[in-house]
Amino acid sequence: MESVTCASSHLPPRPELISGERPHSPVKVDYHAVQAALTKALKGERLSFADGVNLFHSPDLVELGAVANEVNQRKNGSDVFFNVNRHINPTNICALSCKFCAFSRKPGDEGAYAYSDDEIAQRARTAAESGATEVHMVGGLHPRWKLANYTNIIRIVKETAPHLHVKAFTAVELDWLARKERKTVAEVLTELREAGLGSLPGGGAEIFTPYVREKICDTKLTGDGWLNIHRTAHQMGLRSNCTMLYGHIEDLEARVDHMLRLRSLQDETSGFNVFIPLAFQPENNELGITKHTYGVDDLKTIAVGRLLLDNFRHIKSYWVMTGDRVAQTALHYGANDLDGTVVEEKIANMAGSRAGMAMAKSKILRVIRDAGRIPVERSTVYEPIRRFDNPAEDLL
Amino acid sequence: MNDTSNTTLTNAKMSAMNPYSINCQRKLPWRTFEQTIDQGSLPHGAGFQEAPTLDEINARDTERQALIAARQPAVKVHDELMLSQIANTSDEALKSAYKKAYEGQRLSGEDGQKLLDRGDLNLLGWLATRAKRRFHPENKVSFLLDRNINYTNICRIGCDFCAFYRRGHEQDSYVLPKEEIFKKIEETIELGGTGTLMQGGVNPHLKIEYYEDLFRNIKERYKIHLHCLSVIEIEGIAQVSRLTLEETLERLKAAGLDSIPGAGAEILSDEIRLEQSPVKRHSHRWIKVMQAAHKANLPTTATMMFGALEERKHIIEHILRIRDAQDETKGFYAFILWTFQGEHTELLKKNPDLQPTTGAEYLRVLAVSRLMMDNIPNIQGSWVTMGPKIGQISLHYGANDMGSIMIEENVVSAAGTSYTLDRKNMIELIRRSGFTPVQRDTYYNILAEHPESSDASAEGA
Repeated sequence: MESVTCASSHLPPRPELISGERPHSPVKVDYHAVQAALTKALKGERLSFADGVNLFHSPDLVELGAVANEVNQRKNGSDVFFNVNRHINPTNICALSCKFCAFSRKPGDEGAYAYSDDEIAQRARTAAESGATEVHMVGGLHPRWKLANYTNIIRIVKETAPHLHVKAFTAVELDWLARKERKTVAEVLTELREAGLGSLPGGGAEIFTPYVREKICDTKLTGDGWLNIHRTAHQMGLRSNCTMLYGHIEDLEARVDHMLRLRSLQDETSGFNVFIPLAFQPENNELGITKHTYGVDDLKTIAVGRLLLDNFRHIKSYWVMTGDRVAQTALHYGANDLDGTVVEEKIANMAGSRAGMAMAKSKILRVIRDAGRIPVERSTVYEPIRRFDNPAEDLL
Repeated sequence: MNDTSNTTLTNAKMSAMNPYSINCQRKLPWRTFEQTIDQGSLPHGAGFQEAPTLDEINARDTERQALIAARQPAVKVHDELMLSQIANTSDEALKSAYKKAYEGQRLSGEDGQKLLDRGDLNLLGWLATRAKRRFHPENKVSFLLDRNINYTNICRIGCDFCAFYRRGHEQDSYVLPKEEIFKKIEETIELGGTGTLMQGGVNPHLKIEYYEDLFRNIKERYKIHLHCLSVIEIEGIAQVSRLTLEETLERLKAAGLDSIPGAGAEILSDEIRLEQSPVKRHSHRWIKVMQAAHKANLPTTATMMFGALEERKHIIEHILRIRDAQDETKGFYAFILWTFQGEHTELLKKNPDLQPTTGAEYLRVLAVSRLMMDNIPNIQGSWVTMGPKIGQISLHYGANDMGSIMIEENVVSAAGTSYTLDRKNMIELIRRSGFTPVQRDTYYNILAEHPESSDASAEGA
């Protein structure tokens, strides 16, 4: 798969991206354009590329938040979703070398691992015992693993705990498997689904925009490739999530472009559950970035995402990336989902996330209530399981 | 530099020391909620032509006014949305609190309580930002560069929430030698610092002569602001030196003390203080010492530490007590909110279920504080206890200051929180939140309007 030139009429000429921290360049804010964009959003009209960029430039954070909050409340009211889940990263051995990744290891490296069947079964068992409804599995591209290894992993989980929804393997892993097995992605997905795959996670999207993608992960699946795989999955009736990795060397135009590519696929298939912005974690990467994202930037990204993605019902504020305090505040900036208990998060934690690996259900409930919202436990595909509207009955 | 024609003697006195204190008396008139509503139907009414108050708020700042006229539309989507949200509030008490906050009227305790309990975070952010603009129409956020010097850790008080104190017999108890203090001050000045915040414990062996000697020695050698000693330490000094409070304060001021940090206020509610610290329990004593300091021409800050056992009514009680005291003596020039940091403290051992304050709760308390504290010009956001992300966000919820880049902070780091920021990062943090960073001194005088660019823009990027 050679790099595909994406036909995107709205993109400005390719800027020179530099590695390392992006300098702050004061932008002349077009207040009229910002107001026009916000008015459109409140009327339910679709926002353009320029609207998205203008909104990012607006210095008035609470204004952006109030409008995004209004749009979210019209869609979702005061309910905020979370789920009880467990992450399992079956291996960190990876054939790729993405410059932003702190998780991957080469075979034989110190700290390289691949779980045995027993280790996976044991993790699935503890997940089921703790009341989880989902396992989330993503890992490295293990050079020796074949499709059989992947179906095997899913089968182990399903045999251990049949009721667990398996949300597993990013588009990048699927593409790797398909090429290795000389099969189409649809064939790979069919086999995985027979083994028990329930839906796809949204990882590996990073930034689609080619001039950014080639600087941060030139060996990875292209943006169009990623979108094609999710299109295939949606056409087969598998739902999926989508993400965006921000806060590295990308510019705001690339963020908006990324979101609009997701929006147009969603128009086509309506197969995405949720959009999840992922804040870049600055430790152990090769991009020369040492800073965490700014809190204001985290909130703006959620809010602009809420306003641009008018065909998405849910926006997730993923606490692992921003910390529970910002993730909670984001519930007033357009997000209506906090992700879940997670239990064992490795990818972001190895990259310097300060949020920890797990959040107890009781804490999730408290965080959502403290924000003045009603916690609702959901399934992986966003069906409500239980509405926790009375704190006195939490433990029943 | 300020118009002092209609201020009282006390104000004039205060303004001589602190140019910001006068601002409390010069608030701009605000349009009432009804006047705004009458101009057009809500929401999205056609007759709603004039900007509600933004121009008025910014009337003083001509440069900014021109900018606003040229670039900002008269009707902001945000204002309309928020006003209609207020108009549609079904809870009458909450609605009235919103209206009073919008109009800039003084909020009662019940109003504050209502806003804390039921207020919408987005609305509170909008109202608090408007309230902040009354005191600070310029789009600036200040920070201070100073150094905390914890001259001793020996303390006979022993508060449950403190992880710093020692009794005096432990291996790691200390009183810093003078030379070491001088060295720390020299380092501070070299780094561009303008002040020092000296606090320690209530050490029963240190009498007033120690402090007088220390302050005199420092002032003889260095040009530096001395922002020193908490209330409980001042009381301790008065006690061991057998002096009255007034004598103690006068002598300390004569020796070179410039201002007093408002630490140790915690929550000014006797119910709560008793649980936290048996010795600090009398909240009226904190107020008394602060007011005595104001009368001795020593301005002070005021703090609040929340997130440790108190309920919201205690937060409101605390704010009201400080506001009342400020009405009388007008010596508080800043209000600083901290959240309780649990690690290694007795309070957490005794209450293991105590949870750290969440981001939304902190922002809510901050915004309500800005709305209620209509007589204190400056409110700090606390990146030290809440982290730089929430610290930055707090600038949109009523804070106009990021506090100090502390070159040394032993007390909070002893309790397990250690966020650090250098000057470059602080400037960047403020700039990226949409404000102009300015460095200030301890009295909130702006020292550098445009601190040198921390980014690569100067290098042509």
